[in-house]
Amino acid sequence: MADEIKIDKSLDIKGQVCPYTFVRSKLAIEKMDLGQVLEIITDHKPASENVPRSMENEGQKVLKIEQTAEKEWRIFVRKDKEKQKK
Amino acid sequence: MDFTEDQILRYSRHILLPEVGGDGQEKILNAKVVLVGAGGLGSPVGYYLAAAGVGTIGVIDNDRVEISNLQRQIAHNTSRLGVLKADSAKETYETLNHDVKVVTHKERLTSQNIKNIIKDYDIVVDGSDNFPTRYLVNDACVMLKKTLVSAAVFRFEGQVMTIFPGEGPCYRCLFEVPPPPGMVPSCQEAGILGVVTGVIGTIQATEVIKAILGIGHPLKGKLLLWNALDMSFRTVKVPRNKECPVCGEHPTIKELIDYEQFCSMSH
Repeated sequence: MADEIKIDKSLDIKGQVCPYTFVRSKLAIEKMDLGQVLEIITDHKPASENVPRSMENEGQKVLKIEQTAEKEWRIFVRKDKEKQKK
Repeated sequence: MDFTEDQILRYSRHILLPEVGGDGQEKILNAKVVLVGAGGLGSPVGYYLAAAGVGTIGVIDNDRVEISNLQRQIAHNTSRLGVLKADSAKETYETLNHDVKVVTHKERLTSQNIKNIIKDYDIVVDGSDNFPTRYLVNDACVMLKKTLVSAAVFRFEGQVMTIFPGEGPCYRCLFEVPPPPGMVPSCQEAGILGVVTGVIGTIQATEVIKAILGIGHPLKGKLLLWNALDMSFRTVKVPRNKECPVCGEHPTIKELIDYEQFCSMSH
């Protein structure tokens, strides 16, 4: 039910494996504004668990993770935090 | 900025760190750091700064690579004997990382040239092996308000302090004047365990990167002492000296000083 969530940017990282799944997701969300939503599309199952966890660790809000095909997951993350300071 | 594909891969382990990220890596790529000396300390400092992607690295050195350097000066190698150390270091660092531009300054620092050389850099790293240069660099950094990561090594020991002029103590707050010739073994004659320069230089590089990123707690007002034989680290608090001749309330040193170079060890 992704249509309930307003997506500001979509990032297709199919073909990418860890840790570049998170590296690329992080670079994308860094460039966004607070409150905006990033959609991350991955075909790598571990990433569907690791990327949301890493996003939460950095203070971002994971709104939803959904499997949209046999090998496709969509992760919706809202930017809640600008760069972490010391 | 937008990273290239190679940069995303090269710096991925930095970008993963919450304290660094893409914007921190961008700060590193935009940083300008100058090394005083491409010897035992300067070699590993430059190596790690180049690996980290520090965009501009200045190297001040007018010596040539000698075989006795290679026990510790890892920027150089046997094929570079006789080559200027600044050129050798440039080759090593730029080969490691094409994002890095190494600017060579093939001259000896003096009161006349130091300000002009360091003025365009954000951070100065002292890896010199003598007191005249150490005091000259300290005083110039205080006058130009440049962050200075100062260090020294001796036999099995090393020390590091980071100087933020106006915020914390400078080298003269700790030791007001150079020791008189004859009081200390000078030049490289005292002996040094090669790896000690690697440990201390790597700590200097750490301080540089922290300062670029503005993270953690620098060795401001703290002198770190490391002893390889005991494998002990000690940190000694260093207060600012209100009477410091260069950074105190009423500085008496307003011009840079060229202390006499000396070598007190008998051969």
